[in-house]
Amino acid sequence: MANITFVEANGQSTTLNLADGWSLMQGATANGVDGIVGECGGSCACATCHCYVDELLAGVLPAPTQGELDMLENVVAERRPNSRLACQIKAGPALEGGVVHLPECQE
Amino acid sequence: MNVETSAAGIVIVGTGQAGVMTAEALRSGGFEGSITLLGDEPHGPYHRPPLSKAWMAGEMDAAQLVMRAPEMLARKNIALRTGVTVKAIDRSAQTVILGDGSALPYTGLMLATGSTPRALPLPGGDAPGVLALRTRDDASAIADRLAACIEQQRPVVVIGGGFIGLEVAATARKKGLTVTVLEAAPRLLGRVLAPVLSDWYAELHRGHGVQLVLGAQVAAIEADAQGVTGVKLADGSVVPAGLVVVGIGVNANDQLAQAAGLECERGIVVDACGRTSDPLIVAAGDCTARRMADGSLLRLESVQNATEQGKSAAAALLGQDRPFTATPWFWSDQYDKKLQMAGLSVGADGWAVRGDMAAGTFTVYHFKGEQLIAADSVNASKDHLLVRKLLDAGVSPTREQAGNVGFDLASLLSRSAIDGQPGLRP
Repeated sequence: MANITFVEANGQSTTLNLADGWSLMQGATANGVDGIVGECGGSCACATCHCYVDELLAGVLPAPTQGELDMLENVVAERRPNSRLACQIKAGPALEGGVVHLPECQE
Repeated sequence: MNVETSAAGIVIVGTGQAGVMTAEALRSGGFEGSITLLGDEPHGPYHRPPLSKAWMAGEMDAAQLVMRAPEMLARKNIALRTGVTVKAIDRSAQTVILGDGSALPYTGLMLATGSTPRALPLPGGDAPGVLALRTRDDASAIADRLAACIEQQRPVVVIGGGFIGLEVAATARKKGLTVTVLEAAPRLLGRVLAPVLSDWYAELHRGHGVQLVLGAQVAAIEADAQGVTGVKLADGSVVPAGLVVVGIGVNANDQLAQAAGLECERGIVVDACGRTSDPLIVAAGDCTARRMADGSLLRLESVQNATEQGKSAAAALLGQDRPFTATPWFWSDQYDKKLQMAGLSVGADGWAVRGDMAAGTFTVYHFKGEQLIAADSVNASKDHLLVRKLLDAGVSPTREQAGNVGFDLASLLSRSAIDGQPGLRP
């Protein structure tokens, strides 16, 4: 279980309580957070669930795989050092209180 | 018929990828009228790609499969109606006739009716335990049967060595089941992959313990009162099975459009902007056949096609041209290998390989003459993304450059940008 806050580009903020194992993409799309598209259904194949993670998350998340790093090269919005794909981030207690910012566009 | 059209808006038939993307694109495009999404399944929009993999393996719950929460659609003022069938389109009255006989008026109609797996045209092809995969319920039925096969230690047979069949085979192998894949053609994935990759995938599956039978001639399904017991081949041999998954292709769901007199040819014929032969009706996704500039028809079954055609169709309904001309791309996950395809390799007459096929990280570049037309990457997303950019820009490396890991293919893009003269597309 983890409470994760999603902040959309327009400032709209939503905090979701995500069960362990849920990806942030699944949580956002299933719960009505706009700003994440997730075209490929979480297969790390489309780069439309781009997000910017805060320092807390950056400190506890496992490093991105080579596949995720490669796909991050294809994001439409600006890629930053804290850019991640929300479909590759799985919720768990360590993520409690984390905040992700969503870019203005995904495609 | 006197229909109050001022209240009518856009009706979308189908709640899959194309339908949902169209609805959202209409809203982001500034459309403020009503949007009604009609789906014949009991479920709201869900992700299809995980069905053959994580969903079937029991690694996901239903909520995780949700593509868009109903509240999210409601917030965008998109009315979702599930469990609704559409019986007919009345073009002169501008209504769709629903299963209960009621008429729903439209000012614009979007058809995203998808496709239906081909049934096995053989004796016993409809026996219990002979299943195809398209919907969430299909996948759940296969998952239940897989569980029974695990319990009873019965083997699984997959008929058809295409993507769906091979993804299901990989999932079943991961569960420890005995799996046989029967493919009628002399190689796997023959419709979409070059021989060099067919051979590589055959080795991948054999390496994971799948029994592959190429050139298989299936004669009949054998069954008892409990359902399927095996698959009989033309030579008389029987491959035992507690579950048979049939993945021998799909047919576009163009019956509604055909009955309404829209131009159809193995799919609803659309232009690059998703328009059908009726100016008020657009279509997108698996149900379509796209008329290309040279007059040929292109049928694609992919997430990207559904998404891009959906966006084009939404624009067309808003009176805008947004042709879908981007390079087609596809992917397939089997075991720990991610295949990503860019372009269409049909018609290629040569190729170059970059990377290490034996190590399972490589890209095969397909050429027609001197022109790059497609590339298939395995666990090489970076190559894949770069190829999409090269193909979109119409820039082709030489075969030598493509196969030489020391050559930076990205340099061709910056060079063409400097020249301002991207190469001509084939």
